[in-house]
Amino acid sequence: MNFTHLREKNKMNTETLKDYILEIADNSLILGQRFGELCGHGPSLETDIALTNMSLDLFGQVRSYYQYIAQLSEEEKTEDDIAFLRLERDYKNVLLVEQPNTDFGYVITRQYFFDVFHLMLMQQLQYSKDETLSAIAKKGIKEVSYHKRFSGDWLKRLGDGTKESHERVQKAVNDLWPYTNELFEMTEAATAATEAGVGVDAGQLKEPYYKEVSELLKEATLEVPESKYFHKGGKQGVHTEHMGYILSDMQFMQRTYPGMKW
Amino acid sequence: MSEKEIKNLEQIFEAKIVRDEKIEPKDWMPEKYRQTHIRQISQHAHSEIVGMLPEGNWITRAPSLRRKVALLAKVQDEAGHGLYLYSACETLGISRDELYEQLHSGKAKYSSIFNYPTLTWADMGAIGWLVDGAAIINQVPLCNTSFGPYARAMVRVCKEESFHQRQGYEIMLTLCNGTPEQKEMAQDALNRWWWPSLMMLGPTDDESVHTAQSMKWKLKRKTNDELRQQFIDQTVPQADILGITIPDPDLKWDEETGHYDFGPIDWDEFWQVVKGHGPCNKERISARVNAWNNGEWVRDAAMAYAEKQQAKKVEKAS
Ligand SMILES: [Fe+2]
Ligand SMILES: [Fe+2]
Ligand SMILES: [Fe+2]
Repeated sequence: MNFTHLREKNKMNTETLKDYILEIADNSLILGQRFGELCGHGPSLETDIALTNMSLDLFGQVRSYYQYIAQLSEEEKTEDDIAFLRLERDYKNVLLVEQPNTDFGYVITRQYFFDVFHLMLMQQLQYSKDETLSAIAKKGIKEVSYHKRFSGDWLKRLGDGTKESHERVQKAVNDLWPYTNELFEMTEAATAATEAGVGVDAGQLKEPYYKEVSELLKEATLEVPESKYFHKGGKQGVHTEHMGYILSDMQFMQRTYPGMKW
Repeated sequence: MSEKEIKNLEQIFEAKIVRDEKIEPKDWMPEKYRQTHIRQISQHAHSEIVGMLPEGNWITRAPSLRRKVALLAKVQDEAGHGLYLYSACETLGISRDELYEQLHSGKAKYSSIFNYPTLTWADMGAIGWLVDGAAIINQVPLCNTSFGPYARAMVRVCKEESFHQRQGYEIMLTLCNGTPEQKEMAQDALNRWWWPSLMMLGPTDDESVHTAQSMKWKLKRKTNDELRQQFIDQTVPQADILGITIPDPDLKWDEETGHYDFGPIDWDEFWQVVKGHGPCNKERISARVNAWNNGEWVRDAAMAYAEKQQAKKVEKAS
């Protein structure tokens, strides 16, 4: 009897698992990259330090995920091949995280919208049957809880601060809101991962997510946007026009000097 | 206070310094001491935060994840150094906002090395190796300086700076053990950063205005020229290990003195940059001014929010 065949059936296919990990990891990569643009340009030294901390956490997570993907790959691959040498269509991050650092209001709102989801995801992912993912999630929970506290506190300060800050951050909330729904979209990989007990059913996070976000927005004296028009595509590799520029910076060295060690 | 009383305070103050005791913010100090320290500590703090910019320039383009993380952490350390130094400076009775104002208006100076552009990845290596290296030589003696808050800040800063220096050297080493293109990149970076790094140790002794007084207050233990010699003697063998050439045809070991002889430094270039006309002076200052101006509404919001929260607390309590 061929037992490998049986085992394969219960286990998800490795390519699917890799796709699923990329969906999670690429969000941290692109968001970390956006923070990297801000270093030294923030409103105060304290916020510069805090944003850099979050960026460091995100890149730390990215490295764990990509090292795991490299391990799962049959070809010889490194974390850097995965980070730097894919085509734009092969990056699976949501559109939200690639939105630009228009001002501090956008930076904070983007962060908060992502953090609430990210924490919920990590809290579920810690129970993954995949031990590596579970370990990464457990470590991530502490970090992401801090991120959410930071971005949530700032959202309140900006919302309930001055008239100017209120107006600015409301605009950021309105502009970024259409990118939130994509967080809950289930791809084929995510569905397979969930069925295998490895992934998280993001669809189930949607209701608690909007509840939590709406409550905080109200506390911050901000209006919860009513728009039902949402954008998606990131998880399929169809990105916004920003993405090409993010990648041309990020990939610059690896593309210009192929195959070198740094 | 009578003249006699002041004389008395001055004697106590000077005796303390002679005994190697620290002067603390609450202690009496001559006005000149206070002003000199505000000038030097704030100049140092400004250098840390302006210094974030040339390296920050490569965070998004770092060639590997490991390097990206290390660079982010380094730039973050520099922000931390800025923070301790501004705090040390504030104990002398000046606010951080005033200090920023001096930086933005051009009244306060910062290390002129940061007015040079970072053009390739190798510049991240060269800056760590040479610029942090020269900074350490400048700063280690300050760990024993007479003003307590400055001395304590320096102990922490110096530890991190030596880590930066090793990290920078390691970037250079990787490049020099890499492909010919990488080695060329390293050589080019050394060519561009060598002379500005020597200038970082300050004008030559006969042109340095503050040395005598600073020696007495232990703001300085060696002269600029002595520090420069120490830097060169330490760095030349490191370049030899890398297998790249220091861009000075006059550089040679002198058996008799036990030091390296080196060629003339272009002080005209130094003064040009110090006076605000280096390749990136305008960019650096405008980056800081923009960050500050664009952050004003954010800082105002935080203040307004804190006041509202405070008012709510008071209301609840009554
Ligand atoms: Fe520093
Ligand atoms: Fe320094
Ligand atoms: Fe440093």
